[in-house]
Amino acid sequence: MSTVIKVEGVVTKFGTRIIHDGVNLHIEESEIYAILGESGSGKSVLMKEMIMLSEPSAGSISILGTSLDHISFEDAQALRSDWGVLFQSGALFSSLTVAENIEIQLKEYVNISKTMRDNLVNSKLALVGLEAHVGSLYPSELSGGMVKRAALARALAMEPKLLFLDEPTSGLDPIGARNFDALIVELRDLLGVTVVMITHDLESIFNIVDRMAVLADKHVVAQGTLENVLQSQHPFVEEFFKNPYTKERCRHKVEDV
Amino acid sequence: MYEVNQHYLKLFSAGEWALKSVSLIEKELRKIPCDKKIVWDVSGVSEFDSAGVLLFIEYFERFQKETTVEVVGYGDNQKEMYDLLNKNIQEIKPPQKQGYLEYLGKNTLEVYVDIKDFITFVGHLFYAMFHTFVKPKDIRFKEMVYHIHQSGFNALVIIGLTSFLVGMVISYQGSVQLAKFGADIFIVDTVAISITRELGPMITAIVIAGRSGSAYTAEIGAMKITEEIDAMRTMGFDPYTFLVLPRVFALVIALPLLIFFSDIVGIFGGMVASYMQLGISMTQFTERLYEVLEVKHYMLGMIKGPVFAFIIVAIGCFRGLQVSDNTESIGLHTTASVVNSIFLVIAFDALFSVLYTDLGL
Repeated sequence: MSTVIKVEGVVTKFGTRIIHDGVNLHIEESEIYAILGESGSGKSVLMKEMIMLSEPSAGSISILGTSLDHISFEDAQALRSDWGVLFQSGALFSSLTVAENIEIQLKEYVNISKTMRDNLVNSKLALVGLEAHVGSLYPSELSGGMVKRAALARALAMEPKLLFLDEPTSGLDPIGARNFDALIVELRDLLGVTVVMITHDLESIFNIVDRMAVLADKHVVAQGTLENVLQSQHPFVEEFFKNPYTKERCRHKVEDV
Repeated sequence: MYEVNQHYLKLFSAGEWALKSVSLIEKELRKIPCDKKIVWDVSGVSEFDSAGVLLFIEYFERFQKETTVEVVGYGDNQKEMYDLLNKNIQEIKPPQKQGYLEYLGKNTLEVYVDIKDFITFVGHLFYAMFHTFVKPKDIRFKEMVYHIHQSGFNALVIIGLTSFLVGMVISYQGSVQLAKFGADIFIVDTVAISITRELGPMITAIVIAGRSGSAYTAEIGAMKITEEIDAMRTMGFDPYTFLVLPRVFALVIALPLLIFFSDIVGIFGGMVASYMQLGISMTQFTERLYEVLEVKHYMLGMIKGPVFAFIIVAIGCFRGLQVSDNTESIGLHTTASVVNSIFLVIAFDALFSVLYTDLGL
């Protein structure tokens, strides 16, 4: 196993407000890694820095062995075709159909025939559990769960080695959310992708996440497997994992640990 | 209701202490004199909500400042609600009032930052443009054609109508003055030169700024809010190449063509009006037009086209990319986009006038 993402000493400031003050974490190949923390702790900001949508004020991030500091345009483009990103709201291009959304990167970056492209699109749709006819619909015609699935299919279009998911199960019904979890595990097992996700979903955290980082007070206050994290005495960890609700819902899990 | 004896004032509260009745109750409470000890009996209160209890707390504290208060006859429910609300009462700090100078300073800074950002944006845009000139394969022809159709072809009717009316108005106004000197035929000079040099380009640019500039801002702004722009970036699609440049190229091509159309229709409008007002026949008008309208005037008007087009698209897309994560922001930026681009179009038109005069054109 090799390290896919390495975040070292990341500092983020918005004006005088400090969001991160020295965040360190590393993510290994083929693991499902969760970033958790209270709202406003900078989870999304950290993910945005990983996918080059914003830059940290200090510190370094390297992804798949490439440092994002002073990255050249070509390297950045190469990196962008190695990952898929699922935004919280889906962020499907509303002027394109689902199929066009999925094939847009294939069309731009890869020189393959139209039939091949159609087949790829259909296979992605099948993979995320959508019927083939959904491909001809526009994003506005889809339900919330279908949007998430279609967006995941788009994120998978370039056969990425790395998947970033921003709250993948938020806004889904409990059953849909569990199916989505199962899908993520299946993808990891099948394709060996590394999954980085921001989540609040206890079920996902207890059932599918391999390792996680807890962001609070501008730092990573706990990192590692569920066992490691549960040993932390930090107030946020205490509150998040050791409240009556969590204990009740996931007693067997917590007790196992 | 209250009654007074020599030792204390007995205050009876009854009925409904709820959001809808608090204003009436408050009116009554205000009349209560505070010169004696108050015994407040709330046993008659049948219904209450948080507004009622807050009113109670407010007056309880107010009375307490003046005299001693004793509350009697409250139930457990009331006590619970009282405790809950009393715990949550925070001293309300009035929001800091913004002084005039602070307001002025903030706004000036905002304008300064806006201008700086706009220059950065134009820099990016030129960089992307240079990039596509080196690699013409990256030009998005499909989008470009789509925008030529949307912003160019579909605007023909409104531009034709506006230009025709402006041509007529110029001709009407001019003919009244010229008729006084008996210089009727000079109406052709007035109409032809003012339309081709100034009014054609300006009307076209203003209509397009209102029509397409606003559309660009709203489209790109909406994409910003739905995170589509971020999604594009993570997929390696540069928003400048994919969104801004096709619009720039489209309008730089379409606007001069629209100006040409506007010139023709505007002069035709003038022709119709001068026939009606001065009885100058179409043949006469056309003959005179051949004599006075040099190609130079027409060219000088056309040169403004690409410049105006660039201004409109740059402002429209810049304001669109400035949209932040709320829907109100789309409206504000669309307004700003139209206002800015119309102003800049007029400012640049003035600049062109000065330049042309200085060059003796």
